[in-house]
Amino acid sequence: MVSAAPVAAAPATAPVATSVGGAPILATEGLGKRFGHFRALSDVTVAFPEGGITAIIGPNGAGKSTFFNLISGAFPPSEGRVLFRGRDITGSPPHHFARMGIAKSFQITNVFPHLTVRENVRVAAQARRVRFAVFRNRSAYPELTERAEALLGEVGLGARMDRLARELAHGEQRALEIAVALAAEPSLLLLDEPTAGMSPEETREMMDLVQRLAETRTLILVEHKMKLVMGLCRRLVVLHQGQLLAEGSPDDIRAHPEVRRVYLGKTA
Amino acid sequence: MSARAQVPAVAEESGLPATLPAARPGSGRTGRGLAWCGRHRVALTLAFLLVFPWITPYQALAVNILVLGLYALGFNLLFGYTGLLSFGHAAFLGGGAYGCGIAIVQFGLHPALALVAGTLLATGIAAVMGVLAIRTRGIYFAMTTLALSMCVYYAFYRAEAFTGGENGLRGINVPSLALPGLRLDLLDPTVKYYAVLAVVGIAVWLFSRLLSSPFGAALEAIRENEGRAQACGFDVRRMKLVAFVISGALCGLAGALQAIHLSIVPIETMHYATSGQAVMMALLGGMGTFFGPFVGAATFALLQDGLATLTTHWQLFVGAIFIAFVLFLPLGIWGEVLARLRRAGW
Repeated sequence: MVSAAPVAAAPATAPVATSVGGAPILATEGLGKRFGHFRALSDVTVAFPEGGITAIIGPNGAGKSTFFNLISGAFPPSEGRVLFRGRDITGSPPHHFARMGIAKSFQITNVFPHLTVRENVRVAAQARRVRFAVFRNRSAYPELTERAEALLGEVGLGARMDRLARELAHGEQRALEIAVALAAEPSLLLLDEPTAGMSPEETREMMDLVQRLAETRTLILVEHKMKLVMGLCRRLVVLHQGQLLAEGSPDDIRAHPEVRRVYLGKTA
Repeated sequence: MSARAQVPAVAEESGLPATLPAARPGSGRTGRGLAWCGRHRVALTLAFLLVFPWITPYQALAVNILVLGLYALGFNLLFGYTGLLSFGHAAFLGGGAYGCGIAIVQFGLHPALALVAGTLLATGIAAVMGVLAIRTRGIYFAMTTLALSMCVYYAFYRAEAFTGGENGLRGINVPSLALPGLRLDLLDPTVKYYAVLAVVGIAVWLFSRLLSSPFGAALEAIRENEGRAQACGFDVRRMKLVAFVISGALCGLAGALQAIHLSIVPIETMHYATSGQAVMMALLGGMGTFFGPFVGAATFALLQDGLATLTTHWQLFVGAIFIAFVLFLPLGIWGEVLARLRRAGW
């Protein structure tokens, strides 16, 4: 098995990385996931510092999406723990994540297609404040509508608010999804391949947006294209065959011999 | 921006059905006319129902349609607005009917209290069925609700002492209704219609409030995208359960009214064919539209009434017509009307 060597290498890099940003906002301890007999992820211990962008990269099948789904609460891990601000949140129901301040955008566009763009974000903002009110009118909460409109302005959809979400172009839908995620007022925003399927033009706009968002909150993003994130993020986490291969600054990662070998396909 | 303009312009507000995958791409904006209708949907619905008896062949049929319309309306909360297809709503219609009938026959309760009793019984049945069924999704949800409703059917079938078993519950005679300062002669079909309409009107108003509420917005979000709604922080399972119970309560009220209207509760009220009838009426009228259930109920009742006088195989023809609708008018009658008006820029 080729994967045995990288595991041994992983813990050595961990202490260096965690000392960067003080107390981590999110940390995993020995995180693993099995689907039947298939081990999608095993023993990933990693800490994400508060602020800035951390990118999770790795080749296809590295376990990036599994890892993303575990830290965003889409399904519970088979082993290990997830800590948010030092609190164990392993196995919390999915809807609690947004209430704790962890929001996510999915890999596949995931909006409310037959609602207007404005209502998409308004209902998401509502989730944090009012859920079971049966007899008040939605319009009795103008601050939610205002907040939705402000967020849509922020992601560049200010002129499209009255359209149905499904009528938007692909790139616009991705931007809308980010606005929906932001409506939860997250302190931690998780993005799963935010530029998947986008044109170069749309990709550039999305990356600008990602950079702007990271000014005021912590971002963790899964990305397939390594080049795209190298210039943006403060730290990188590299997964390979379901295991942690390396973590560190973009310079560390570029210089890491194992990463160069398995991910960039270069011989060290 | 005026306060009115701030009301979120939801696709549903004008009643455009949103869930049918076959729905044709319409233009995005709702015109002024439809937006106005959406804001006054309760008043417009009630205005129509007020004059309705004059355009039906006879008034007992109008009462039937009113009751079936409320049944389809309650069903539509789950089907059209939350995106859950239940095949067990007969248990709620029947539960309401039996609850009301037993309260009158066995306990001699005032009809108004009997309506409450019937609705409560249906609500209770819905709560139990909901807790069990809401864990499943899609076709499994439909099958679970179907199976559970047949359990309820069998229980009522066997409890002969209370329900009359196979013969149905007979003797629910409510010739007149004594209210404070008012005595209504229910043997007069016109009086009966407006007495039933008063109750249905309140239900329609409550239903509209519910749809416009933040909770209604959350239900739409769940229908549109359950995973996303959950990620937004909505407790999807609990919200679906609440919707299921409210839907059951509305159908229970319809059942209770039906018991008083027909003065008998046939055991078939609880049979799964009655559940299928709710699905048919919702689809005929237009799922996820506010007024569609009444259009669907009227279509169904008029077809049944007209065809039953011509042939004993009326169900065959109703079925064929239903299939034609699903194939060629997937938005339903009212849904199609709205879509056309919308395309015309109303």
